[in-house]
Amino acid sequence: MADPMRIRAQAAGDKTTVRVLMAHEMETGQRKDAAGKIIPAWYIQEVTAQLNGKTVMTAQWGPSVSKNPFLQFTVKGGKAGDKVTISWLDNHGDKRTDETTVS
Amino acid sequence: MHTRRDLLSGSAKVAAMLAAAGLLPSLAQAADAPGYATAAFAAKTIPDLMKALGAGAPVQSADVTVTGPDIAENGAVVPIGASTALPGVKRVLLLVEKNPAVMSAMFDVTPDIEPAFATRVKMGQSSDVFAVAMMNDGRVLFAKKEVKVTLGGCGG
Repeated sequence: MADPMRIRAQAAGDKTTVRVLMAHEMETGQRKDAAGKIIPAWYIQEVTAQLNGKTVMTAQWGPSVSKNPFLQFTVKGGKAGDKVTISWLDNHGDKRTDETTVS
Repeated sequence: MHTRRDLLSGSAKVAAMLAAAGLLPSLAQAADAPGYATAAFAAKTIPDLMKALGAGAPVQSADVTVTGPDIAENGAVVPIGASTALPGVKRVLLLVEKNPAVMSAMFDVTPDIEPAFATRVKMGQSSDVFAVAMMNDGRVLFAKKEVKVTLGGCGG
């Protein structure tokens, strides 16, 4: 199981800025190891964000997103105490869900 | 009474189930997530990408903003962002023109969020980066910015 994500959600006025740092290798499938063999691709393909259980954003990623991906987006509304849930799914079928509360 | 064929397909199913459960990590490879836009992420040029997404030719627009550094010292971690002030955005794409696959990320916009995203991408070489906004009415708008890379992020 992958390491937990670090999520920060901050309400400012009528918007909530969400910043996520995920722990993932994001291997492109283009690199070669010391023996010259191609390292197989391993990357996050789908990211979903929920606010209080309602899906507000879905994203699809390719292998060119950096290792240990960072993502920032802005949710309309949201107040202190609201729950923000982020999930990802990679091309090995591995997934991870973490949540935080808006501050 | 089992024939050999039954047994073979049966064991394949078991393997698939185990793989799905993550018990056979070595076999659980290259299984794209359901609904993953595989063709779009494999596209090597922007016209190919637009074809894979079923969109028209993109038009440059001042209402779309792409953010990024002028010079990226490390191509493995280039912070870029895409945003637009226009209403009625369906999707926002982040593209790096000279990467092996053009599209880096595709965000589906809902009415609950603002069409503004920031992330970090890998860039193999200096290239134009594009923010593309696909509108509900079928228009495809883009903004581009050149990012110079002094150390590539895709080599090995």
